[in-house]
Amino acid sequence: MKVLRDTWLVFGRYFGLFIRNPVWVAIGVLQPVLYLVLFAPLLNPIATMRGFPPGGAYNVFVPGLLVQLGMFGAAGVGFSLIAELRMGVIERLRVTPVSRVALLFGRALRDMFSIVLQSLILILIALPFGLSIHPLGVVVVLALIGLIGLLTASIAYAVALVVKSEDSYAPIVFTAALPILLLSGVLLPMSIAPKWLQNIAAVNPLLYAVDAARHIFNDNLGDPSVAKGVLILAVLSVISVVIGARQFGRAVA
Amino acid sequence: MAGTNPEAVIETRGLRRVFKSRRRQVDAVAGVDLNVSRGEIFGFLGPNGAGKTTTLRMLATLLPPSGGTARVAGCELATQQDRIRERIGYVGQAGGSDREITGRTELVFQGRLYGMSTQAAHRRAAELIEMLELEGAADRKTGTYSGGQKRRLDIGMGLVHSPELLFLDEPTTGLDPQSRARVWDEVRRMHERGTTVFLTTHYLDEADALCDRIAIIDYGKIVAEGSPEELKRAIAGDVVNFTIAGDQQRALDLVKDQDFVREARLENGSVHLYVDRGEVAMPAILRLLDAARLQLMTVELHRPSLDDVFLRQTGRSLREAAA
Ligand SMILES: Nc1ncnc2c1ncn2[C@@H]1O[C@H](COP(=O)(O)OP(=O)(O)OP(=O)(O)O)[C@@H](O)[C@H]1O
Ligand SMILES: [Mg+2]
Repeated sequence: MKVLRDTWLVFGRYFGLFIRNPVWVAIGVLQPVLYLVLFAPLLNPIATMRGFPPGGAYNVFVPGLLVQLGMFGAAGVGFSLIAELRMGVIERLRVTPVSRVALLFGRALRDMFSIVLQSLILILIALPFGLSIHPLGVVVVLALIGLIGLLTASIAYAVALVVKSEDSYAPIVFTAALPILLLSGVLLPMSIAPKWLQNIAAVNPLLYAVDAARHIFNDNLGDPSVAKGVLILAVLSVISVVIGARQFGRAVA
Repeated sequence: MAGTNPEAVIETRGLRRVFKSRRRQVDAVAGVDLNVSRGEIFGFLGPNGAGKTTTLRMLATLLPPSGGTARVAGCELATQQDRIRERIGYVGQAGGSDREITGRTELVFQGRLYGMSTQAAHRRAAELIEMLELEGAADRKTGTYSGGQKRRLDIGMGLVHSPELLFLDEPTTGLDPQSRARVWDEVRRMHERGTTVFLTTHYLDEADALCDRIAIIDYGKIVAEGSPEELKRAIAGDVVNFTIAGDQQRALDLVKDQDFVREARLENGSVHLYVDRGEVAMPAILRLLDAARLQLMTVELHRPSLDDVFLRQTGRSLREAAA
């Protein structure tokens, strides 16, 4: 099928750019290491406190770190797209018969790939420190984080195509990311929030992702919140890919 | 479309494009009728902001028109964009290669986008690299290319799938004379292979030397169309340009109603005359000025150039407008 072939082609182009750039690869590996080395030592004393959720420090905090990595790892992808708009690369691609869905999906897949890879590294590094997770849990949580990456990247590309300049892109994306992160329960559980804040947080898809990730790391793969989180993100990812692809199809005036 | 000409590669009727922003509305292209025939080099000549790029982007399916109709490479622009994309090449004003990718990789990828197999795309890339004499640069990142190498690569990407129609937006702007000449050669070679080339330019000499036919565009409207020869001939006669010591207006008043003067105007502080025959007009002008005791400072006689065509149609000099 043309869409699949084109997606593969576009993925190959951007994957090649990623893999041939040693800085990107190094940062990709270094980031999860930094997360753990600089953050994990803070966890151990807290974990012994009264009222700390069960499952050990790493099992409580790693899911939140992963969700954060998924979102912030993909929020900045629009910068490279804006650079390409300037070089005329996007116009050149749009004038070929290549599928518009592939133009978006191929590159978002590359972002998804790098985020899943980083997440896997983070999980593997955390294992010797006392993180415990079922292999199937790893697969499901990587899928979940991958979907967060896909969702964020697609929206980030759509925003970049609309605003076309770094000066507008950066504030828009990072201002939007902040409340989403605060209301996701990554930092503090939303269960301690006042009712009105909980109501607002209820429309935040990331809340369900965090919830699902926590259950996975709690060895609760069967919990309905896991399926719910994955499903919500899958649906939203499809919608965001369609929106992003339409932006590619539309005139980049 | 009624009256479709089978030889026409591009045919537009009333093509328009409006850009709306909060404060104002720009009629970038304000009703353009074009006919470009198979195999010709067609030039679109006009100053900055005239609407050249906007027209090209519409014809290349990158921008939906606000109005009008167009047929491109035998297909309706409104409904058959996919088929048009297969048949045309487009080299934008900004180029289109990524600074971080080698020229060869870009060419191969471009070929793959047009449906070629990996081997076929590699073969075609090698062919183009040889043709465009990019052997020394092909395996370097394009960010390291000289202006001329970069432009040749851009053109190569537009040619990967051997399109029947190639759009070139300002292919030589910013190039040194030598690189410019090579791009011209390349365009002529495409022409010999039967490719229709539609290019835009600011340069009068480029339009004159390279194009079979040109259209002059200003403020989104075509103000003249034809072969460079036809356009210049339509001005007829010669152009005399002179200045006097003192007020030019006095000289203008003196000569403008003479029989041998077809048209007279002040242009950049000199008197600009279109005359039937320069060699007859010159002595007459000198006698008139002498009799009126006006002192001639400079005088120039030349055959009409495309600049005169532009000047005549728009009241401005293209050199000034494009500066
Ligand atoms: N995306 C856009 N939004 C708003 N106005 C635009 C847009 N693109 C072009 N314009 C305006 O439309 C007019 C025509 O622009 P266009 O780029 O077609 O000119 P051009 O003839 O290619 O000029 P140049 O020789 O400088 O490349 C200009 O006034 C320009 O400012
Ligand atoms: Mg232009």
